[in-house]
Amino acid sequence: MTKRTIRDLLGDHPFFADLDPEYLDLIAGCGQNVVFAADTPIAREGEPADFFYVLREGRVALDVHEPARGPIVVATLSPGDVLGWSWLFAPYRWRFDVRALEPVRAVALDGVCLRGKCDADPRLGYDLVHRFAGIMVARLESTRLQLLNVYGWPA
Amino acid sequence: MKVDGAASGPVVLDTAGLAAAVETLIGDGWSVIAPTVRDGAMVHDVIESVADLPTGWGDKQEPGRYRLRRRDDSARFGYAAPAQSWKRLLFPPRTTLWRAHRPPPGSADRDAGDFVVQVATATPRYAFLGARACEVRAIEIQDRVFLGGAHTDPGYRAARESALVIAVNCSSPADTCFCSSMDAGPRVASGADVVLTEVAEPQHREPWYLAEAFSDRGAALLRRVPSAAATPEAIDAADAVVANAAAHMGREMPDVDLHELLSESLEHPRWDDVAERCLACTSCTLVCPTCFCSSVEDVTDLTGTEARRDRRWASCFELDHSYLHGGSIRSGIRSMYRQWLTHKLGTWFDQFGTSGCVGCGRCVTWCPAGIDITEEIRAIAGPHLQEVTP
Amino acid sequence: MTATATATGPMAPMVPHRYRVVSRHTETSDTVTIHVEPLGDPIDAPRPGQFAMLWAFGIGEVPISFSGLPGDGRLGHTIRAVGTATSALAASEPGTVIGVRGPFGNGWDVGDADGGDVMIVAGGLGLAPLRPAVDAVLAERDRYRRAVLLIGTRSPDDLMFHDDLARWRGRLDLDVQVTVDAADTGWHGDVGVVTTLIGRVPVEPGNTLALVCGPEVMMRFTTRSLIDRGLDAERIRVSLERNMQCGVGHCGHCQLGPELVCLDGPVFAWSRVAAQSAVRER
Repeated sequence: MTKRTIRDLLGDHPFFADLDPEYLDLIAGCGQNVVFAADTPIAREGEPADFFYVLREGRVALDVHEPARGPIVVATLSPGDVLGWSWLFAPYRWRFDVRALEPVRAVALDGVCLRGKCDADPRLGYDLVHRFAGIMVARLESTRLQLLNVYGWPA
Repeated sequence: MKVDGAASGPVVLDTAGLAAAVETLIGDGWSVIAPTVRDGAMVHDVIESVADLPTGWGDKQEPGRYRLRRRDDSARFGYAAPAQSWKRLLFPPRTTLWRAHRPPPGSADRDAGDFVVQVATATPRYAFLGARACEVRAIEIQDRVFLGGAHTDPGYRAARESALVIAVNCSSPADTCFCSSMDAGPRVASGADVVLTEVAEPQHREPWYLAEAFSDRGAALLRRVPSAAATPEAIDAADAVVANAAAHMGREMPDVDLHELLSESLEHPRWDDVAERCLACTSCTLVCPTCFCSSVEDVTDLTGTEARRDRRWASCFELDHSYLHGGSIRSGIRSMYRQWLTHKLGTWFDQFGTSGCVGCGRCVTWCPAGIDITEEIRAIAGPHLQEVTP
Repeated sequence: MTATATATGPMAPMVPHRYRVVSRHTETSDTVTIHVEPLGDPIDAPRPGQFAMLWAFGIGEVPISFSGLPGDGRLGHTIRAVGTATSALAASEPGTVIGVRGPFGNGWDVGDADGGDVMIVAGGLGLAPLRPAVDAVLAERDRYRRAVLLIGTRSPDDLMFHDDLARWRGRLDLDVQVTVDAADTGWHGDVGVVTTLIGRVPVEPGNTLALVCGPEVMMRFTTRSLIDRGLDAERIRVSLERNMQCGVGHCGHCQLGPELVCLDGPVFAWSRVAAQSAVRER
């Protein structure tokens, strides 16, 4: 059995479905395999968002730290999801704490490296931003439903 | 006058014959309910004899207006639909469905908390005299609601199955009538035991009646009262009365597929327009002979040992009609009116296989704002009408 | 003249059957599950997805779905205390006698998924009418292929049916996933609305029957997510709620366009009610 390359792993991930193979090569050049043990921090609010993560195994939690209550989980992400878009927008800092809930395997993609490639090739930049925008739309809808207290029956 | 023993075929009744029919029914234990004038209004009530019928009375109906008037003949059925329909007898405005009793809470009774339910089983025996084609059709429509589905309403069934219907073909439609265009009148086509056509004579001479039995019970009644065989001339005269009525409908429902029109017009601007005029007073639903919505109310005594379940008429114009979890689904008049009209003329077909409208015009007459459903349909149909009208 | 009414007698279906509360279990801060057993004539055996009209003596009557059908004549009802009648019913201690009319409505007919996959999606109290459907699937598990149960609630404290959840989660032939809107770190499940779960489970759209119950907004977004995953709206069933006072199609309150929800529903193919549900009332 041959070892699967970063490019293979990215190519199999739904986030990169149907991406131009040429771009897959380019993006793979910014990636590295990472693992996190259960209950370890992956990112911390306010710190530089140098990477984003293509989740392959294990779930992660997005937390907000509330002084009197400790962490409050605002969302969990699962394999098939991508974690982080702060690398794409100034000031390139994490907005939430991120924690591995289970042993996590992911491909970490270097944001600085990717931003450079997007700036050099706006078609790649548009494609990536478009993919992230789709995720943001879905997360925004979910967040709105959470705000609605959609199970409050009756309100 | 000879007694006609024929089992079928129309016969002619004079006043004595009609009087004999009423007497026979009363003698047989029927409560004969007929239109009668009381306090300046036409109401349905128990009558003792033909003398209680509104002889020489007619009416004048317009959107938002109702007046009794004297006729220049002695017709007993020379008016259109009065405010109240027969609905209130078969489906009373308020009725107690059952009562329940239990031992006082906390008592040592071994059945503490358990209750016993009792229902009233008295069944009225009504003979409806003077029901019009539109009203008989309305009863047939309510039959579909209360008896036609998987579940039947026991109170309605009891009253309905015993009721005898002596209908009268309409001679004097009002300005608000449109039964012809709803295929519901002015001639009674079915649903009655006996159908009369009243032929009024000038100078206040006594009217006479062409009588047709539509059921065995009706035929049996006619055999027991003095009558004459109907001559071709008598039949022609009666037909002319009905033809004249058909020619004098005050209104007409536009000839369009109402079910389709309304299902496609839920966002028509006319709903906003009518909402400006409608007062949501519920009058139309109360006078409508087919409206069947009801609400239940639980009543209990202070000791908590006696309880009662009452059912009363409800209206889709009441805010709590669509109440669900702290709010009403239809909270504005636009929605309420749209519900009433789209149900009456449209979705009624989906639910019961007929229109819910019989063209009696009551909702037009008794609307304090004079809203006319034929006019509302005309406005909504707009371009559709031009397509079908040459 | 009066007569003692038997609920199966001439006044059926308007007369309540007498049932005694035999157990009362607190589910959440405002929701309890009661089980009742008949004192006299029982109602006909209900099917999953049907509902009953429950009567608190002298207080009022409300439509409540069956949340438990143990099959021994007892009936389970999960009741959220929001009004006078529901509060009285929810407060009914064992021994209390309540009135029961029904069963009314059509039910989930989960057997229509025969030979295919079943996906059950519940939001909040919507799990109550689905619980008998889950058990119906498990009772004849061989008839179905993949079975998925997705549950969304406001918080971990709002989760109901802990024993059933433990039992369901213990089965290898039922994929149970639970998500909440917000939680502290003591919660190890998912956080996010229930629609996010739909994107995470394998779906074979042409071969799946989905049963959805929850507040109407939740069902609308859920059906959208299911359709996004390729399901046909005819294969998505929702259970609707409207004002109901008779249960037999006579009182008129539960109309949704052409539908009488108590009679034609409460379970509808989404294809049948999507357009009506989109009509704006105001």
